[in-house]
Amino acid sequence: MILPVFTLWRRELTRFFRQPSRIAGAVATPLLFWLLMGSGLSGSFRLPGGPAGLNYFGFFFPGTIVLVLLFAAIFSNISVIEDRHEGFLQGVLVAPVSRTALVMGKVLGGATLAWLQGVVFLALAPVSGVHLTAASALAAAGVLALLAVTLTALGFFFAWKLDSVQGFHAIMNVVLLPMWLLSGAFFPVNGAPLWLSALMRANPLTYGVAALREVLYGPAASQGSGLPGVAVSLGIAAVLGLVCLAASLAATRGGRVD
Amino acid sequence: MASETAAVEARGLRYSYPGKRKSGPTRPALAGLDFDVPAGSIFGFLGPNGGGKTTLFRILATLARPESGTVRMFGADLATQAREVRRRLGVVFQSPSLDVQLSVRENLVHQGHLYGLSGRELEGRIAAALERFGLAERREQRTKELSGGLRRRVEIAKALLHDPRLLLLDEPSTGLDPGARRDLRETLESLRAAGVTVLLTTHFMEEGDRCDRLVLLDRGTIVAEGAPAALKEEIGGDVVTLTGPDPEGLARDLATRFPGPAPEVREGAVRIERERAHELVARLAEAFPGRIDAVTVARPTLEDVFLHRTGRAFEDREEPRG
Repeated sequence: MILPVFTLWRRELTRFFRQPSRIAGAVATPLLFWLLMGSGLSGSFRLPGGPAGLNYFGFFFPGTIVLVLLFAAIFSNISVIEDRHEGFLQGVLVAPVSRTALVMGKVLGGATLAWLQGVVFLALAPVSGVHLTAASALAAAGVLALLAVTLTALGFFFAWKLDSVQGFHAIMNVVLLPMWLLSGAFFPVNGAPLWLSALMRANPLTYGVAALREVLYGPAASQGSGLPGVAVSLGIAAVLGLVCLAASLAATRGGRVD
Repeated sequence: MASETAAVEARGLRYSYPGKRKSGPTRPALAGLDFDVPAGSIFGFLGPNGGGKTTLFRILATLARPESGTVRMFGADLATQAREVRRRLGVVFQSPSLDVQLSVRENLVHQGHLYGLSGRELEGRIAAALERFGLAERREQRTKELSGGLRRRVEIAKALLHDPRLLLLDEPSTGLDPGARRDLRETLESLRAAGVTVLLTTHFMEEGDRCDRLVLLDRGTIVAEGAPAALKEEIGGDVVTLTGPDPEGLARDLATRFPGPAPEVREGAVRIERERAHELVARLAEAFPGRIDAVTVARPTLEDVFLHRTGRAFEDREEPRG
């Protein structure tokens, strides 16, 4: 079980580092986004009820890391579709490897890449005025790992079900990006209209973003947001992660084999 | 290796595609197949594209489940003991299964890991495989840089890395030049000599001729089974083909003046099966002066067997992998 997972995991990393355009794409896009949006809005936006000095730049920081993870998860899962089209997957499917090992290898591979990109991004925090202690950086890296696995598993689930990269892009636009927009990454829950904030509270990713924000800035960051504390948020994020993994597993065990 | 036991036993194998095709009624891809593959033989499934070979390959490769029926591979049931079956099975796909971003060696390492091989054991096997298939110098080359023939060699080396007892190949000769086909044949024969059962699908008559045993597949059914030579013997003697200005009339008169198996008209030529055809040719020329332009006498081919059994030519008009 461990050897196939390891080899599938390592293959994801090898492939990634042999395609520099993937590295550039996954980091540069959110970086630009963050710089342009964050600096443009920082003067006019204050987090209601948030700690003094936390401007939009700071508010947006955790959300941007999650966006980095999301992009990385989406890009790495395109390889699920490519593997199917290029024929590589058929060789794995006829090997004496359980579907669990297949899912774990692919998801851990993609999640590692996403996590690495998130950590690189996290290292930029001091440069951008976000103060990090060693403890908060470590805790943030831990939350990032959880979110990386969750988002990659979610991407895997859709990628396995779909025939084309185009279809996967559609899912990205219709499901994954809105999920991110409504996670409190972009604007806080308590500033939104009632129906929107209800949607945001129903979005499990909201709790992942909230946990990351709280780990970075302390409990004050979510005060007045109406969201539960870091422990509950982490619990909900972990449950989401398990649900995504279970869904991916179920998808590979279904009748579809071609 | 005991050749008494069957490597593969298939009973009542059925498979239908969901009725998506707009043209024509849905027909089963496999309509209840029974066959035994003797261990240690080269066994072929020969048929036109669309005959059911690809579906059968996918079932035997454990990629598709039959609608009904059972397959046992060395006694292990494909449906309930897939893991056991997969350990004993090496698969060479028609479409490539290599990762083009990885080198030859990396592809083989990956494969070894999937089959639970690692460390020195794996390194040794990879070195031996590279040597055997003349790939040692390509070791660190990315597979995307290799020619089609070399890639096929890597595919076969990959499929054999875990020492399977049965090697399953889908249309292995397709896309290979004559030299690469000869290499492939030698490889398969040396595998048989080592006790490995080789199972392949093909739509090439020459490839079918070189199998120990053969199943002719057409429209999802087995139309003939046996050794190629025995199959051809059932055609009584030789195949004589006559062309002339009036093939239908010629066939009618032939039937009355030379009793025996009925002549057939196909694509403007009259075709008869007779023993000692060379004697017949002289008498034909005397009997039908001016009505015959050309006569050919040939030993029967598998194509003739197919025609004999199905009443249709072995044509190949559907697109590949249909």
